[in-house]
Amino acid sequence: MQFNLNSTFLFLVAGSVILFVLAQSVYFLVKALAEAKRIGMDSSILKRTIKSSAAFTVAPAISILLGVISLSKFLGLPLPWLRLSILGALTYELTAAASAASTVGVSVTEAIKDPVAYTTIVWVMTLGIIPSVLLIPLFLKKIQGGIVSLKKRDKVWGDHFMTAIFMGMISAFLGVVFATVTQGIRGWIPVFVLMFSAVVMTVCGLFIKKYKLKWLEDYALPFSIIGGMSFAVFITQVIN
Amino acid sequence: MRKKPYEEQIHVYGRVWMLTAFFMMLMVPTAICAYYDAWPTLSAVAKGLLGVAPIFWTVAVIEVITFTPMLGLGGAYLAFVTGNLTNLKVPCALYAMENAKVKQGTLEGELISTIAIAVSSIATVLIIALGVLMLAPLTPVLNSEMLKPAFDNILPALFGGLAVVYVSKNWKIALSPLIFMIILFVSVPSLAGSVSVLVPVGALIAIGMARLLYKKGLI
Repeated sequence: MQFNLNSTFLFLVAGSVILFVLAQSVYFLVKALAEAKRIGMDSSILKRTIKSSAAFTVAPAISILLGVISLSKFLGLPLPWLRLSILGALTYELTAAASAASTVGVSVTEAIKDPVAYTTIVWVMTLGIIPSVLLIPLFLKKIQGGIVSLKKRDKVWGDHFMTAIFMGMISAFLGVVFATVTQGIRGWIPVFVLMFSAVVMTVCGLFIKKYKLKWLEDYALPFSIIGGMSFAVFITQVIN
Repeated sequence: MRKKPYEEQIHVYGRVWMLTAFFMMLMVPTAICAYYDAWPTLSAVAKGLLGVAPIFWTVAVIEVITFTPMLGLGGAYLAFVTGNLTNLKVPCALYAMENAKVKQGTLEGELISTIAIAVSSIATVLIIALGVLMLAPLTPVLNSEMLKPAFDNILPALFGGLAVVYVSKNWKIALSPLIFMIILFVSVPSLAGSVSVLVPVGALIAIGMARLLYKKGLI
């Protein structure tokens, strides 16, 4: 069979897995909505959650699409499309593809022509990320059991414990923004963007409080992301 | 016959979906190899894996432990198949729970988190599919030099907003891991590539500080 990075077959393979992911998402959505209705949750809260989650997703999803485009020059379109629609993220996919490419002696700057090099990369990208897909079915119940017993023993501490885990995560991702500050003023751009995004969020918060703009609660984070990204374009132009 | 409680059902169906996803993921390279009759050598795959597995398998364990309490059951079963956790699913779920004024670990929190992750997954798949269909006209726009800084800075833009919501509310717990992380990344910038591995370090510092404050009655 003639190898082609953008063959109909590869699109069919990618499309079928993506459809599966879509079906799983729809299944969980329907199941959660039905349970929420059963326990009498306010339908307006559910509607707001749906709207704000979709709005929140737009900017990060476009950035994921950019990852698909950048990887497609090397791997064709179907594989990056599939890989970035399922478990993984651009940082992982790039590293895995580059690591596999180096072992089969191909460059990540041009389209792959050798089918064996391609399948080697596909295997490495798949196996390098797959443990979570096994760990969750095996251990989620146990982890949940641990949390439930922690909360049973001391509910207040249980809540603080959960908050602390999240604060640990957010502090790591806030701290990493400062990793380039020793590179001069350009290295400060991510910090400026972080601060601008925080300012947008604060202003939204003030508007919500002062003018009782309830709807803004759902869109404050998407606004601060888009505000931060726009500011990144502006500040880069100014500094350059 | 009485129906099983929601959480029990989610464990059963979640496992079925996830294990099916596992086999589907493995079927992708198998099918491509069979179709093109291009089977890689075991040593080439092993060498390639050696470059990623030590870090990313560790990250997988860390993410399972740290993210699942935040995501809830349905959210975890779904997010660990649909991916893009730190840059999308986790913040999306947390923000949705915050807005709905429900807590992680309650049934309401569980449902809101699952709904947020499901909607976000569907929206992501649709946006990427649309982007792939419109690739020719979109590529020059998205790849333009002018827009590059916007996409390079998506994480600071996301976490800046989130910080206001969460750090301001829990600043006593957040302060010490935050200072630690800033000093660490300024001193050793090369660690930026391993940020996921440092999440549990931040979490341990935050848990230690929270315990101390709680014992002293300060939170």
